[in-house]
Amino acid sequence: MAKIRIEKLTKIFGPRPKEGLRMLDAGKSNAEIREAGHAVGISDVSFEVEQGEFVVVMGLSGSGKSTLIRCLNRLNEPSRGHIYIDDEDITTYDHDQLLKLRQHKISMVFQHFALFPHRTVVDNAAYGLEIQGIEPEERRRRANEALELVGLKGWSDSYPSQLSGGMQQRVGLARALAVEPDILLMDEAFSALDPLIRRDMQHEMMLLQQRVKKTIVFITHDLDEALQVGDRIVLMKDGRVVQIGTPEDILKNPASAYVERFVENVDMSRVLTAQAVLQRARVLAFPGDGPRTALRKMNDDNYASLLVVERDYTLRGTISVEAASKAVQDGLKTIEPLIEETPSIPINEPLMSIIGILSEWRWLLPVVDENNKVLGVVTRAAVLTALAENTPDKTTSAEPESEPESEPERSDAA
Amino acid sequence: MIPMVPKFPLAHMIDVALNWLTHNFSWLTQALSHGISAVIDVIITGLLWVPPWLLILIVAAIGWRAAGRRVGIFTALGLLFLWNLRLWQPTVETFTLVLISTLIAVAIGLPLGIAAALSKRTSRVVMPVLDFMQTMPAFVYLIPAIPFFGLGAVSASVATVIFSTPPTIRLTALGIQQVPSDLVEAADAFGSSPRQKLFKVQLPMAVPTIMAGINQTIMLALSMVVIAAMIGAGGLGGKVWQAIQRLEPGKGFESGIAIVILAMILDRVTQRIGRGSPAAGAH
Ligand SMILES: Nc1ncnc2c1ncn2[C@@H]1O[C@H](COP(=O)(O)OP(=O)(O)OP(=O)(O)O)[C@@H](O)[C@H]1O
Ligand SMILES: [Mg+2]
Repeated sequence: MAKIRIEKLTKIFGPRPKEGLRMLDAGKSNAEIREAGHAVGISDVSFEVEQGEFVVVMGLSGSGKSTLIRCLNRLNEPSRGHIYIDDEDITTYDHDQLLKLRQHKISMVFQHFALFPHRTVVDNAAYGLEIQGIEPEERRRRANEALELVGLKGWSDSYPSQLSGGMQQRVGLARALAVEPDILLMDEAFSALDPLIRRDMQHEMMLLQQRVKKTIVFITHDLDEALQVGDRIVLMKDGRVVQIGTPEDILKNPASAYVERFVENVDMSRVLTAQAVLQRARVLAFPGDGPRTALRKMNDDNYASLLVVERDYTLRGTISVEAASKAVQDGLKTIEPLIEETPSIPINEPLMSIIGILSEWRWLLPVVDENNKVLGVVTRAAVLTALAENTPDKTTSAEPESEPESEPERSDAA
Repeated sequence: MIPMVPKFPLAHMIDVALNWLTHNFSWLTQALSHGISAVIDVIITGLLWVPPWLLILIVAAIGWRAAGRRVGIFTALGLLFLWNLRLWQPTVETFTLVLISTLIAVAIGLPLGIAAALSKRTSRVVMPVLDFMQTMPAFVYLIPAIPFFGLGAVSASVATVIFSTPPTIRLTALGIQQVPSDLVEAADAFGSSPRQKLFKVQLPMAVPTIMAGINQTIMLALSMVVIAAMIGAGGLGGKVWQAIQRLEPGKGFESGIAIVILAMILDRVTQRIGRGSPAAGAH
């Protein structure tokens, strides 16, 4: 069951949305509809968000990102379509149900913080709890916990104006987290921060996401940020969704020239992960193997080393060809004493850091799951090939087709 | 052509309407009149019962706390001077009228201002009425006040309330409307009811603006209370009025200066209240 299911969601701004909808159905363009005095916020948007997923919404200015996210807690009233949260259609909620939904299930983090200047940091963080009618002591305790979670312990009694931008943004985050919502909506939550603080916040957000699995819908203008934090990316244009997929999907198979323009010039090494270069480990050694067996396995496949695993594929380490030969000379029974400790990486390790590890480690690099079981290996050759193949080639991607569209914005922090 | 058109009987119509009102509502205005005049008497008697030096000390301390040392010292010196001029009693009378009128004006103006801020329709009705109330020469209010409430302090305070309430209404509405929309939205996003939003976000954020409105109300009330001496409100205005009738310019100026001093004290002290709040630093 999807956490959020959005079905054919349309939002028309203006005094007579019905008329706008009719024009939309008649196939009129956004520009024509605008001329008639309406504005298309989003049109016919459908997708699902799974429990615990981190979805990033991207698109140019005016593409409807904010409208979409604000429909999810009905700060914008949808003109048509349905939003199901936990399989309940929230577009049919009455006033009281809506207040309950906003109090308990969905919280929002705002681009410009939107902190209450007349309240202390802890009272800001406790705002949602106060609205729920929770007793002062308990809400203070829970607000302080949330503040601690975002690294603002000890700032409770300051006023927002006494904090730096990054800290204010964290208060905004704590305010949203304090009510322990299932869903977090973040509208360009980090864009007002300078690049360094922003990197920190992204990092903290990801750590936080691992600790408290929330369903997150996150808007950003910044592709690097999207790639950094997103499980999936929703790309929007003119109020419509043009592509949905994992960062890799979108980079490797851009669905249109629009998407392509978004993704060209992206540093592939940050985007691709071990997944893209994973190879099956064809031969493995076991701790009980004799040195001669190990040498023969290496010779068969022309390897200078072998990964050593337990029978259940738990990683033990590496045996090199030198070590195995020496074991033969010394007359050792098994290779067990000569197993070298070996670095390993998870399946979602970015190529960027793999390159770093491979510059220090000359043998096969094992990719393991969370139980330290070997899934496969990564070799230096495979990494280099992947990078070469995926670096965009200007002569082929620069298509003659030219849309009257401004360049997508990119982060200035590379 | 024009002289042939008979005069539109505006004055007559207003007189008829007022007569009708006086006739049918005198029971209410009489009751109000008794109530207000009792309260005014109690306060004046109470304040005059306190030795002037003690009262001066208390007021100066309030001024000091609210607005700093300089205002505190100025308050003390100013009041001592008034006492020395033998104008203590009229000062207390005037102050009491201002106090009562302001309290009533705020009690009426605050809710009206909130209503005007939250509902476009209310605002469309209230704002033109305020324009009317403020442009009408202040004296005119005194005339109908007399048949309703009789000569004296009550009529004066009623006319004063009518004259001085608009700034509180206006600035309360303005203060609430000026709360940044993203803060209102944040309140909405956390599921605040309209009531919670008003009391937890909009009103606290509007405090500095509302206080500016109340400050203006106080100043208008003071100016009106002085004018209201014409219908027997007494106080410092009464002294000025006496001086005019007896052609005593010295006495007139003495009382005039006393009014200025009282005005400055009221202004400085109330101006600062609400400014110290953290919301005042935001925009
Ligand atoms: N309150 C509104 N009234 C009228 N039109 C609106 C309103 N809000 C948004 N729009 C219109 O809806 C469209 C989508 O706007 P939206 O704010 O969702 O874009 P966005 O993708 O969030 O842009 P940005 O990146 O600049 O924040 C725009 O054409 C905009 O003009
Ligand atoms: Mg936006």
